[in-house]
Amino acid sequence: MEEQKKERAEMNRNLAQMLKGGVIMDVMNVEQAVIAEKAGAVAVMALEKIPSELRKSGGVARMSDPRMIKEIMEAVSIPVMAKVRIGHFVEAQVLESIGIDYIDESEVLTPADDMFHIPKSDFSAPFVCGAKNLGEALRRIGEGASMIRTKGEAGTGDVVEAVKHMRTISGEIRRLQLLPKEELMTAAKEMGAPYDLVRWVGENGRLPVVNFAAGGIATPADGAMMMQLGCDGVFVGSGIFASENPEKRAAAIVRAVTHFQDPQMVAETMEDLGEAMSGVAVSGLADRYAARGW
Amino acid sequence: MPVGVLALQGSVREHLDLLERSGGKGIPVKTLRELEQVQGLILPGGESTAMGKLLQDGGLMAPLAERIRRGMPVWGTCAGMVLLASGIEGEETVHLGVMDMTVRRNAYGTQRESFSVRDRIPEMGLGEVPLVFIRAPHIVHAARSVRILKTVRGAAVAARQKNMLATSFHPELTAETGFHRYFLDMVEEAGGSRMFTAP
Repeated sequence: MEEQKKERAEMNRNLAQMLKGGVIMDVMNVEQAVIAEKAGAVAVMALEKIPSELRKSGGVARMSDPRMIKEIMEAVSIPVMAKVRIGHFVEAQVLESIGIDYIDESEVLTPADDMFHIPKSDFSAPFVCGAKNLGEALRRIGEGASMIRTKGEAGTGDVVEAVKHMRTISGEIRRLQLLPKEELMTAAKEMGAPYDLVRWVGENGRLPVVNFAAGGIATPADGAMMMQLGCDGVFVGSGIFASENPEKRAAAIVRAVTHFQDPQMVAETMEDLGEAMSGVAVSGLADRYAARGW
Repeated sequence: MPVGVLALQGSVREHLDLLERSGGKGIPVKTLRELEQVQGLILPGGESTAMGKLLQDGGLMAPLAERIRRGMPVWGTCAGMVLLASGIEGEETVHLGVMDMTVRRNAYGTQRESFSVRDRIPEMGLGEVPLVFIRAPHIVHAARSVRILKTVRGAAVAARQKNMLATSFHPELTAETGFHRYFLDMVEEAGGSRMFTAP
């Protein structure tokens, strides 16, 4: 039983490895999912409203209609992810029961528990979770997440928070690498993270799972910058389907993320893209999604 | 000349690490210029639709297919197997289409059906090795000239046709170096050297 659980956890991390270097796109229906797949997305995130619309409409945001998710699963061959509220383990059970490829326990939805996250190791389906810093990332991995993404600030089209979270996590990893062994327990205490994971990161200089960037990426240059900052791939939420020409922008971001080290190639992808999503500056926001999560 | 790993997306780092641990040296290949510098190529795991689109957009598809037809050793793992296949069940178009076999994508189902087993592959001179299947394809039909190297749960999951090797599973996700050594042997037999010598 324990052995089987370990093997399942390993295979769930493995699936995230297959997504590396790619772009995962938010989609709201079958038509958008097909556009995303054709544009070269490595996976899609199925949800009823993209974060920029959730921001506008307000109210309680919950898991999407399972039927809509199943229709998307039937329409595309790439992995399909879907979001559940933080702590809402029954929404997670529901998604697992329909055979979802990845569950996002997401701060974009309204939290269902203001103290605790889902015990993700209890599930056979893989989880991705958001993080602002290394402690938060390691707590989620400790709970069983097999993939991490920066939180950024979803639905804004403002990349500043994604950059901040990526730099924070990288900086904290570098710091752990420099610490002598006897200081790691106190570091674990300070960042509120499991000691064995803190030690692992100190020794290996990276997270033990794949780490994507998310929250505010709207242009090919945004995607390429996040890759240069060291993330393994990119989530684009509202950035594609809230823009003027989703097909073209989707393909452009995919290409820019692959060729992130080649500015000439990134420049090519950015020509005649049409309007990006209009967005809102994070600095003027009252409601920050990134603050959700414990 | 070194061996390349197609680096558009997917398990690139894992293949490069295992090549090194198998006594070879690999470089990532994203462009035509980089493709010209290698004498063998690994097509990694990932999403075949994404890699296919990027191969096409980057102008790599036709030149790569041509080099493979001219004999460059190539090894596709999982998505890489789909890229090589001359037929994909239920789809009208294929990617490189160089290897005479038809494959079924996501043959076992969603991530829930991903699995791993340990088994021997005498055809490749391998004792018990881990075989990891992640949303894997398998071969549903192969031409006579394609040699099936391994069958798991009744389906063909590893095959060789001349300079082409395809596996449904992911040796790059394990610590097993046997498959990479087998591929380096293929490169050597084709007239290349194992070691990368810097220009």
